[in-house]
Amino acid sequence: MSDSPLLEVEDLNVRFHLPTGTVDAVRGVTFSLGRERLGIVGESGSGKSQTGRSILGLTPPPGEVIARKLAFDGRDLLSMRRRDLRQLRGQRMTMVMQDPKFSLNPVMTVGEQIVEAYRAHIRSGWREAEEKALDMLEAVRMHEPKRVFGLYPHEVSGGMGQRAMIAMMLVTDPDLLIADEPTSALDVTVQLEILRILDRLVAERGMGLIFISHDLRLVSSFCDRVLVMYAGRVVEELAAGELGNAQHPYTRGLMGCLPDLHVSRHPLPVLTRDPAWAR
Amino acid sequence: MIEIENLRVVYGAGALRTVAVDGVSFGVAEGQSFGLVGESGSGKSTVLRAITGLAPVSGGTIRVAGREVPKRRDKVFYSQVQMVFQDPYGSLHPRHTVDQILSEPLAIHRLRDRKDRIVEALRQVGLGASFRFRYPHQLSGGQRQRIAIARAIILEPRVLLLDEPTSALDASVQAEILNLLERLRAERGLTYILVSHDLAVVAHLCERLLVMWRGGAVEETSAEALRSGEVTSDYTRTLIRATQGFTRAGA
Repeated sequence: MSDSPLLEVEDLNVRFHLPTGTVDAVRGVTFSLGRERLGIVGESGSGKSQTGRSILGLTPPPGEVIARKLAFDGRDLLSMRRRDLRQLRGQRMTMVMQDPKFSLNPVMTVGEQIVEAYRAHIRSGWREAEEKALDMLEAVRMHEPKRVFGLYPHEVSGGMGQRAMIAMMLVTDPDLLIADEPTSALDVTVQLEILRILDRLVAERGMGLIFISHDLRLVSSFCDRVLVMYAGRVVEELAAGELGNAQHPYTRGLMGCLPDLHVSRHPLPVLTRDPAWAR
Repeated sequence: MIEIENLRVVYGAGALRTVAVDGVSFGVAEGQSFGLVGESGSGKSTVLRAITGLAPVSGGTIRVAGREVPKRRDKVFYSQVQMVFQDPYGSLHPRHTVDQILSEPLAIHRLRDRKDRIVEALRQVGLGASFRFRYPHQLSGGQRQRIAIARAIILEPRVLLLDEPTSALDASVQAEILNLLERLRAERGLTYILVSHDLAVVAHLCERLLVMWRGGAVEETSAEALRSGEVTSDYTRTLIRATQGFTRAGA
């Protein structure tokens, strides 16, 4: 492991040229990531997901990614050949998305999919890949890995599906995992279980994690550092423990407008948006 | 205002038979706000759907304002009870203007002064009369949910059934809708039944609530008890703990 950061992002912009005009989804985002847990928080349309996607080269057309620097482990991602990027993506950097119902292949068993993900990147026989997959299913706390291996996605619950997804994304031993709302489609109790699994794996393997979510409270309890995005920009960067000391009025407003189980406030404070925040 | 006794909802038959709600009872007094909390599959939404007649009632009784609801819900029922759904993107007709959406219940119930009632309903939910001729796709998520609420209150019902009314919305918009619901209840003396997976939202809007799990009632408690932690079941305690976010073991 070198001292240079795992991921360097400098002045990242994502634009969509649409018939109705150009939409700037991400504007001048700069951050670097080591082997740590970084949270990116924002409301819908803040550009948090597009930031994550552009790192993996998954910006959908007609999107355009411009950056002064976008480098993974010292290698420039923007000038890289598509083939090389594909090698990197899925092996050294991977992504877990929100809903396992839509991100798993419905006509392949859970196990076959993990085997496929492994063999796509690492030269190996079926037997070896199968063993890897079973190990991985066990690592995400599946009670009977052998049985789950043979199940189709519709036969597993949301929480199990998301664990299978995580197993698939970690089977190649990546250095960077981008998790885009990985628990938002799940029940609260399942949510915490998934986070516990993710937390342990990230710590054990010394990976970098980018955790994208709309849930400021959850992210700050899980990550080391949090970027708060608004209208495509990072408006504030916070150490996770210092959420209470947030300076930006947007971050404070976002914290304040959540109903709190333990404090009764009527009516709830409402966020007043200042056009200056988007500038 | 509403009494539910031993409600059962069963879907399918034979091997596919699923008991979605199994013997749930509760009562809501007029002007009260009652919460149904639970995770997916707990049957909380099915209870609401059974009340409005969208889910089959296999057993038990449902009374609204002292009257047992008829098997086929009549106009009297719908003039008293209206529902707001979770997804404002899915619950509004995409090819109808706001004006058409709000006219429909008025036409069904043969009410006069439609224009005045529509403008008034829009005003009540904090939207101007200029919204009348817009289509749902021209509105934000929060504005759509306001329209869905306007559609529900335009018949001047006494009860609103709210099925996760804010869970598709951003946190800042959620606060606005929760404040709107609270104001409407205070102004019009409405009775609410609110379904939500979010304990904090339920505790904010409701005085009393029922925690559900796998079709059954776990415990009936109050928002006050949630706050002070005086709950009896372990499951409710787990839910309370989950609202506090992630905690690292040993940290």
